[in-house]
Amino acid sequence: MNWLDSSSYSWQALARHKVRTLLLLLAVAIGVASVLILTSLGEGAKRFIEQEFNALGNQVLIILPGKKETTGGSVPIYGTSPRDLTIEDANAIAKISTVKIMAPIIAGTTLVSYQSKSREVITLGSTQAIFPVRKLTIGQGKALPKSSDNFSSPVCVLGAKIKQELFGNNVAIGEWVRFSGQRFRVIGILAERGESMGLDLREMAIIPIRSAESLFNSPSLFRILLELNQTGSEIYTEEKIRQIIAKRHDGEDDISILSQNALMSSFSNILTLVTASIGAIAAISLVVAGFLIMNVSYVSVSRRREEIGLLKAIGATAKEVRQLFLIESFMLVSLGVIAGTVFGYGVVTLASYFWPDFPLAIPWWSPIASSSVALAIGLLFSWLPASYAARQDPVLALRGY
Amino acid sequence: MTDLIVSLKEVNKTYQVGEQGLCVLNKVSLNINKGEYISIMGPSGSGKSTLLNMIGLLDRPDTGQYLLHNSSTTDKTEEYRAELRKKHIGFIFQNFHLIPRLTALENAELPLVLTGLPRKERRKIVKTIFSQLGIENRSDHLPKQLSGGQLQRVAIARALVMNPEILLADEPTGNLDQASGKEVIELLESLNKQGITLLIVTHDKAIGQRAHRQLSMIDGKISQDKDNHQINRATQ
Repeated sequence: MNWLDSSSYSWQALARHKVRTLLLLLAVAIGVASVLILTSLGEGAKRFIEQEFNALGNQVLIILPGKKETTGGSVPIYGTSPRDLTIEDANAIAKISTVKIMAPIIAGTTLVSYQSKSREVITLGSTQAIFPVRKLTIGQGKALPKSSDNFSSPVCVLGAKIKQELFGNNVAIGEWVRFSGQRFRVIGILAERGESMGLDLREMAIIPIRSAESLFNSPSLFRILLELNQTGSEIYTEEKIRQIIAKRHDGEDDISILSQNALMSSFSNILTLVTASIGAIAAISLVVAGFLIMNVSYVSVSRRREEIGLLKAIGATAKEVRQLFLIESFMLVSLGVIAGTVFGYGVVTLASYFWPDFPLAIPWWSPIASSSVALAIGLLFSWLPASYAARQDPVLALRGY
Repeated sequence: MTDLIVSLKEVNKTYQVGEQGLCVLNKVSLNINKGEYISIMGPSGSGKSTLLNMIGLLDRPDTGQYLLHNSSTTDKTEEYRAELRKKHIGFIFQNFHLIPRLTALENAELPLVLTGLPRKERRKIVKTIFSQLGIENRSDHLPKQLSGGQLQRVAIARALVMNPEILLADEPTGNLDQASGKEVIELLESLNKQGITLLIVTHDKAIGQRAHRQLSMIDGKISQDKDNHQINRATQ
């Protein structure tokens, strides 16, 4: 019996039992589609985080005061060292040859007020360099002047949301606002941009670093952002930084350095793992579909005993009978896989149309994995019923017993 | 003897029914020559269908020998027996056993499909046989669209496509009215005249007595073996 004939024979059997075929097909399709959709969520999360890191710019090192010596625990977001990281430390680090741009940051919360309105605002004290490092763009006005690197001056750049809340649609550039009582002139407004690394830049204000030092009455840096000249120089730079800090901090190397690439790849690894586990959980529905196929195939074999008996009487071997039933399931599962893949991709496309912020995407391995699992399960679970069919005694089967 | 096709030697077959074994074939010995026309008659449960299935290689004897063309079949694998069945034996059943989802033509070509013959050649063979049997204009009909006589013709066509030496018919007229039953029997007899060896299991005395050689079975034994006519050896 050649393959073409076997498949057309099996196809006729499937076409004849439309409802049964359709229901089984649906079971497989749901399994495949749920694997695709769930893994697309995981992959979406991964891409979302990658996007966030990329917004931060490539080749960025972040230096934080304090050090986590022990393993485990999260990255120290807020420094815990008794020894501050200062602007002088930052300036020393900026002299390393591989550092392209250095932006020190002092952070704090201040009450920003304009006329009768006031807002609690996270205020970053920094230099002009923060704009290129954080990839900030100015919507109106201008960025901090170059002189703000070294001198205190009463100017500020506001986030778009703060501007809207304090000034509404009125012109803000050139107006005076108060930061905890001190007057600052608004010289620029940041362009609209979404969240970045958990900080909503629309709700921030940026002032010169020396002004922040006096405003918060503390020289202690929140962190230092570095952008490097070329890729692959992180390790060298990190070593240099540690040497400089150790020299300046009485031999103590009490800082933490985050490299964006390292952070991103560990996030990415974790999320790939998460995505794979979600996919595996979704694959349970494929196993359920497999059991369904097995059940229904058993019923189908007992209802088609006469046919099996006849096939044997006209010379079909047990092997050929089993092959027919296996081809039937194989075709059924293949159709289910196709339907499920189309459905899964359809849902994801539709979802990303309605929810464009979240980069939903089906990872490349997901359709391959789900269809091969579906086919493997389909064949595995129809093996038993097919062998049962092949074992039928033709004499009894013909009588329909 | 070159024309001896089937040779059963002391064949026993017992079915387990409840606690007791039911002996359906009891030391049956039978020789069948090429071109014979044999009827097997007997009451229900006398073992005539089992004998037919035994000759058709669907059943295996518990003890005894079955030689087909002087070579033993009892010690062969199931796969090999299926192969022999495909080549040498055509079956016709009381209730036709056509597959309802397939057309008359597709039903008849099934044995050829199993051999892997290309579609075109299959169609040619089936068409020729269909026109011999007078059902060429029924090829594309489904079984439910055919009458009993036509169904049995399709089944006969299916038995003939492999050009078998032995045609085994188990109550071929059992589900047919008088007229179409007679037609079917005449058709089978004409095939026998062309040289095919024909075995018919039947309840119907009138049909049984048309056969050249009449076997009667009681309780798993051949009680009577009557040879009415000279064996037709026209084909030799």
